[in-house]
Amino acid sequence: MTTMSWETRHRLVISLRYTLLILISAIFIFPIVFMVVSSLKPDLQLLRDSGSLLAFVPYGDISLNNYAFAVERVPVIQFAFNSIFTTVAAVLASILLNSMAAFSFAFLRWRGKKLMLTFIIATFIVPFEVLVIPLLLVVNNLPWIGPEGIEIGWLNTYHVQIIPFIADSLGIFLFYQYFRDLPDELVEAARIDGASIWQIFTRIVMPISGPILATVAILKFLLMWNAYIWPLMTVRTEELRPIMVGLQYFFQRYTYWGEIMAYLTLVTIPVLIFYLALQRAFIESIATSGIKG
Amino acid sequence: MISASETRKNAPLWVRLLIPKDAPLYQRNEAIAGWLMAFPALLVLTIFLVIPFLMAFVMSFTNQRLVSPNPTEWVGMRNFERLLTVRVFTLEPERDDSGFIVYDDDGSIAYPRLRTFTRKNPDYPELNGLREFTSWQAGENRTVILAADVVFLRALINTLIFAGVIAPLQGGLALLLALLLNQSLPFINVFRAIYFAPVVVSMVVVSLLWRFIYDGENGLLNTLLGIASFGSFQPVDWLGNPYSAMPAMIAMSAWQAVGFHMVIWLAGLQTIPVSLYEAAGLDGAGAWQKFRYVTWPGLRNTAVLILIVIVIQAMGLFVQVDVMTRGGPLDATQSVVYQAVQRGYDKQDIAEGSAISVVLFFVVLAITIVNRYLTRDRDTS
Repeated sequence: MTTMSWETRHRLVISLRYTLLILISAIFIFPIVFMVVSSLKPDLQLLRDSGSLLAFVPYGDISLNNYAFAVERVPVIQFAFNSIFTTVAAVLASILLNSMAAFSFAFLRWRGKKLMLTFIIATFIVPFEVLVIPLLLVVNNLPWIGPEGIEIGWLNTYHVQIIPFIADSLGIFLFYQYFRDLPDELVEAARIDGASIWQIFTRIVMPISGPILATVAILKFLLMWNAYIWPLMTVRTEELRPIMVGLQYFFQRYTYWGEIMAYLTLVTIPVLIFYLALQRAFIESIATSGIKG
Repeated sequence: MISASETRKNAPLWVRLLIPKDAPLYQRNEAIAGWLMAFPALLVLTIFLVIPFLMAFVMSFTNQRLVSPNPTEWVGMRNFERLLTVRVFTLEPERDDSGFIVYDDDGSIAYPRLRTFTRKNPDYPELNGLREFTSWQAGENRTVILAADVVFLRALINTLIFAGVIAPLQGGLALLLALLLNQSLPFINVFRAIYFAPVVVSMVVVSLLWRFIYDGENGLLNTLLGIASFGSFQPVDWLGNPYSAMPAMIAMSAWQAVGFHMVIWLAGLQTIPVSLYEAAGLDGAGAWQKFRYVTWPGLRNTAVLILIVIVIQAMGLFVQVDVMTRGGPLDATQSVVYQAVQRGYDKQDIAEGSAISVVLFFVVLAITIVNRYLTRDRDTS
């Protein structure tokens, strides 16, 4: 039985391990491959092929027609711009607001701090979807200074898609945890050197907070880019809609699966490429940011 | 030299409220800066989280609708009573004049019709308007669970099942993947990147894709299972069958999010010092013992965090239901949030949608507290 040399056994274990890793990879990848391959096929072939392994093979009547039709059906450029704009705005604002608040909680002494911190952690347990309806009533009654003076109601705007999301308790909490683990001497030394509080925040603390900054930005980015239910409810004007809402356009009287696959590919592939390019930073920032309890 | 107390006395009221009682002069700036820096985030959270929540709370005691000819009125606990009334009722068999049980033509016991009790029966005022949720045979009697709002009850139970199954399932799978990846083999980062990839794909996209995969006629899953079993697998309409719809949804949701929690486990694993494993190895510990006595204790905090995060996310189950099943078949995939949105937004019954939101909030709160209590640090010194 144990005539196998140590080296052979070691090799066997290693190759078994790789086989397992590759099999698991297939589970995670096959829907995405299916999506991309299907987007190249006409509807009839797509439906026929999905009953066999041919679903993963780009063959037959391959073309970019579905993309052409999808782009014709949905104003993709406009929607993509809207998504990029709202996403970038929310990511930048949320980094600023969350980190400022967390800095204040971690380093500054002020009255009511403990209470506010408890309050923020408590809001953590409310799933966003739960509050969608009352939130809709709130934004419908908020004032905004527009070109024609003060207007009431935020529906059908960019800011209704951005401002409710520029602060979140998870973001504050992640920054707070990270800041708390920074050495106190860092801040004390700067203070003795006469740095102002704002200088300590912008010149000392933030420059060494790369990982947590990336994590908060990534989480917010995914949330904003994938926003669906909220813009569906608040934005009726076509010119202001984000990219995910475009999916609605394909479920009309007839469902155009090829075009849907093309559109899904269009909205997903940029994120996947962005992710793959930055995957190391993506994953390592989450891993080192202190989300570990 | 001005003393701290004197500074306080001379300072305007708002400064006195903001700075700590015993703060010396130089800390006044710090307190003001502290408030100013926290203020924007606190303001946003108050307007877009706390106020909506309080509104939901208030509206859940009214009969408010989005558009209604009648003025909004207070209705007390009525919305909650409608949602949460559940009664157990025992149906006794039909008996003939001599007291013998009457049987149907097919030999099963005959019972009086349930609606004779629940439709304005003066002897059973508490059952009025209730509907059957489920029932089972108990001896010669039939036990019936009645509910005022069977769809909501179904949604609540479904959501609890969803959260209760997906938390250990997804957390456990994520841990297995993390253990598999937590070694220095060539290309390990490639696999890590692949397993994480579904996390960046929108849940709407994922749900649409899996609708295809789960299709009963020529769905990919049936095809793959057919090939794997050499054709002996009988195709299942995964989302069309009330028994498989919820498990299918759980599997898909775990598939999408497991990579994220895998990364958190990996981070936790990397905090465990290698020397502990070496020491355990010297003591003759096997792989399982190393896991049981070194790895697992080192992951305790990570486990608590992952459990809470998954459960809170799971309680918000919505997109999958909306895109894949709209709550069907036979309410098998109804979820609490889906019901809240459907009633509050689609049917514009804001009061009822709000009441559902409030119920969900307290359910999540209770789960979090129990979770915290069960996983508390018993050995804090």
